[in-house]
Amino acid sequence: MTAPILKRCGYATVLALSLHLSAGANEPTQAVPTAPTAQPLFADAAIESRLMLLSRELRCVVCQNEALSESPAELAGDMRKEIRELMKAGKTDQEVLDFLTSRYGDFVLFRPPFKPLTYLLWIGPFVFLGFGVLIWFMALRARRTFKSAPVSSEQIAAAARLLEEKP
Amino acid sequence: MKRWLPLVFFFVLVGFFAKGLFLNPREVPSAFIGKAAPVFTLPVVGQADKAFSTTDMKGQVWLLNVWAPWCVSCKVEHQLLMALADSQKAPPIVGLNWKDKSRDAERLLIQTGNPYVAVPDDLSGRVGIDWGVTGTPETYLIDQSGTVRLKHVGPIDVDIWRNKFVPKIKELGA
Amino acid sequence: MIPEIGTLALILALLLALTQAVLPLWGAQRGNLTWMSVARPAAFGQFTFILIAYLCLVYSFLTNDFTVINVANNSYSNLPAFYQFTATWGSHEGSLLFWSMLLSVWTVAVATFSRTLPEEMVSRVIGVLGLISVGFLSMLLITSSPFLRQFPGPAEGSDLNPLLQDWGMIIHPPMLYMGYVGFAVAFAFAVAALLSGRLDAAWARWSRPWATVAWAFLTLGVALGSWWAYRELGWGGWWFWDPVENASFMPWLAGTALIHSLAVAEKRGAFKAWTVLLALITFSLSLLGTFLVRSGVLSSVHAFAVDPQRGAFILGFMMLVVGGSLALFAWRAPRMVAGGAFTWFSRESMLLANNVMMVASVAAVLLGTLYPLFIDALGLGKLSVGPPYFNAVFVPLITPALFLMGVGPLMRWKGDSVPDILQRLKWALAIAMATGLLLPLTLDGYKPWAVLGLGLSTWIALTVLIAFRERVKNASQLFTLPRAFWGMHLAHLGLAIGLAGITMVVNYERELDVRMNVGDQAQMAGYTLTFKGTENYSGPNYEGTRGTVIVSKDGEERFTLYPAKRVYNRSGSVMTEASVRPSLFSDLYVSLGEPLNNELTTWAVRLYYKPFINWMWLGAVFMVVGGFLAATDRRYRIGAKARATADSASPNTQGA
Repeated sequence: MTAPILKRCGYATVLALSLHLSAGANEPTQAVPTAPTAQPLFADAAIESRLMLLSRELRCVVCQNEALSESPAELAGDMRKEIRELMKAGKTDQEVLDFLTSRYGDFVLFRPPFKPLTYLLWIGPFVFLGFGVLIWFMALRARRTFKSAPVSSEQIAAAARLLEEKP
Repeated sequence: MKRWLPLVFFFVLVGFFAKGLFLNPREVPSAFIGKAAPVFTLPVVGQADKAFSTTDMKGQVWLLNVWAPWCVSCKVEHQLLMALADSQKAPPIVGLNWKDKSRDAERLLIQTGNPYVAVPDDLSGRVGIDWGVTGTPETYLIDQSGTVRLKHVGPIDVDIWRNKFVPKIKELGA
Repeated sequence: MIPEIGTLALILALLLALTQAVLPLWGAQRGNLTWMSVARPAAFGQFTFILIAYLCLVYSFLTNDFTVINVANNSYSNLPAFYQFTATWGSHEGSLLFWSMLLSVWTVAVATFSRTLPEEMVSRVIGVLGLISVGFLSMLLITSSPFLRQFPGPAEGSDLNPLLQDWGMIIHPPMLYMGYVGFAVAFAFAVAALLSGRLDAAWARWSRPWATVAWAFLTLGVALGSWWAYRELGWGGWWFWDPVENASFMPWLAGTALIHSLAVAEKRGAFKAWTVLLALITFSLSLLGTFLVRSGVLSSVHAFAVDPQRGAFILGFMMLVVGGSLALFAWRAPRMVAGGAFTWFSRESMLLANNVMMVASVAAVLLGTLYPLFIDALGLGKLSVGPPYFNAVFVPLITPALFLMGVGPLMRWKGDSVPDILQRLKWALAIAMATGLLLPLTLDGYKPWAVLGLGLSTWIALTVLIAFRERVKNASQLFTLPRAFWGMHLAHLGLAIGLAGITMVVNYERELDVRMNVGDQAQMAGYTLTFKGTENYSGPNYEGTRGTVIVSKDGEERFTLYPAKRVYNRSGSVMTEASVRPSLFSDLYVSLGEPLNNELTTWAVRLYYKPFINWMWLGAVFMVVGGFLAATDRRYRIGAKARATADSASPNTQGA
């Protein structure tokens, strides 16, 4: 059975290659830049990437359900600036989150903290899944010994007649 | 019996939805109710050498009204605040001037009247963030020991004053 | 005058809808053929009048009749004509009218393509659709008329929300609503089955194509919404788990469960009661979506203007429709006879597993979406539940389903053998695992989620190939395969492609914030982007500033991007118009931020590299095509052929 195997390997290789060639285009061929290079908008790249990730976890408190990372609102800009200052002062991500929740409450977090109030929220989906798996098992157990409704000889004859008819 | 479950579940949901029609999902409650009011010291509008500090108000019940000259709803509330200040029976009101980039506060207060005992100037909005301010107007009630007792989002009208603030103020013995 | 004709037309439509509801349903109950035969003409009549009403609204928009409040609030004389047209569904009132119109379109479709169904069933289905129409038309006339007037009319309108002035607006809501409304048909079939007490494999056969077409439209609608958000919002996001997005995703998940459940009901006569319940649930979720967007109960970027009074009306309507149907289900459930037997290792059991996981996912998304409301209503405070939660919870729930997608379609009905399946699939499994584990080594960072996503999508794609390979010996036989076969596998393949796209974008996208002076260069993913400055330009209803960014690779100029900012004349809103260069394997996306100096020569520019993002939409296209193919399978059209052969001899069709 080598032919099918090789064929499948072939498909996989093509897929892999195409993904590699296009996605792995992160080594630029070096042309000597003749123009000045654009500077990053904010000096500290490490802090900016932390800010980007963290601001996705935070809610813009004056918007209709938007993240701090993408909100154009002025207060959102103020809050991002504030976070930047805190990070520059050496605060950890958790300390920044605590700073904001102590002022705006849990409302500002898009990832609800795991506490008694949210046990149902976090555990619920897995309970649903577990419950569903249980139902699956029970349904199958019932089905295995299931007997279909009995069919009478008239029904069989009628079925034969229907099959004979032209479509 | 489990064939009735979907219906029962649905009616439970309906109950929540009905209640939800009366709630505002965007309103952010204050995280400071029952906690110490954040301390700040800021320069005062119109008086270059003076400053206001929250510690100045220790020992009395007072109101912090967050407002701005560009805020339309604040103008609506302004008359009531003037009346309260004139009546001498309400707690003193401190007016936090929030993010006033155009520097209009002084002129506006001269024009329309000043109900405030002090007007600290929060140009950057930093103090606002410390208090969990999300917009204007917002009003906080702080007690004698410096604990926040109440926060109201939006302009105050006579009904809100009577039904929400007055009982609380009486409770604090002011 | 015209708006008043519109109102009159709606009233007539309502009366016809009442007729369409009452007479056929009562006729079916009593076996009265005359009353039952009212169904089709009433449906056609209702459609005619709703269309007239809709055209009146269109006319008001196109003639800038600002005495009509809806036009004044959503239009502007300089708004380009096709946006004036799409603005008819851009408001709460207009979109309700649009909903009602699409409902009557589906009803007419049912009336037309149901000649081979028993009259009793058809009357009930059309009757139920009539009841739903009555609800929507009443809501329109009583609380949300788009034809309210104001005299004197303002000189100018307030303009359509600039976010809606985009291509996506033209096509996303219609497709989405076709999906939402389409599930009303499946709902109507389910209620008809409950009312008649007749629930058998034939019922499943009749309902299935309708459910599948509705599902295909909903898939298209959801995908278009995501694509539109990506292009329009300017920050490269495409799914936010926003309550309104979830409101479209939940019926989609339930609809997916439904079409799979119908497969078992049709082929094996099993899961009938469950399928009926699922049909009721899917449409209930559609209605829930309608409620959530318009009632203000949840905070969402998508929400129409908040009006608790309208919310109360919709809630009341939901109680009647959903509550009524669930009560009917509870009452009639004992009558339904269970179907065939099967073992734990069979296609039925795999489809049951699919249903379990889809429903668990719906429950999870519903829980997360409504939790803030639960907590607030109980006075326990305010919480936010956003993307971090949904991503954390949804991925584990959907992963087993994705894995089983590879196994299920290859399994036999009733029972299959484990060693047999293992033998057929072992190489696919090996290659998929190898791809998942090894491919990320060649990419920009080894990410565990990429391993999972790539492994699963390879797995699904390979099993689709195996299915074809086992079925045909040579390529020419491909086109003799039934459409249902093609449809199923294309749709599954589409999901695999979409999954690969999502995996790559989420794990390997790049974002860069730079300050660019005129002449500056930036590097992104092997491309060199040179900023050439900005210029001002005017649009029909806005003033814009457009930047020019020349993109080159290996020293050679490849293409130019024009990110822009627009200030709309009427509303003063500022919109960021990102410039996107799409290709099959990646998107380069440039967004203009704020000017950093007064001469406007230095700007904050955001650059995005989004690998394989177009595979997401491509996958969706495959799913939609697959759905339409499956729904038009020969066995659903055979009734039509039977009619044709009754009159003339037709060529003998080969069984496929």
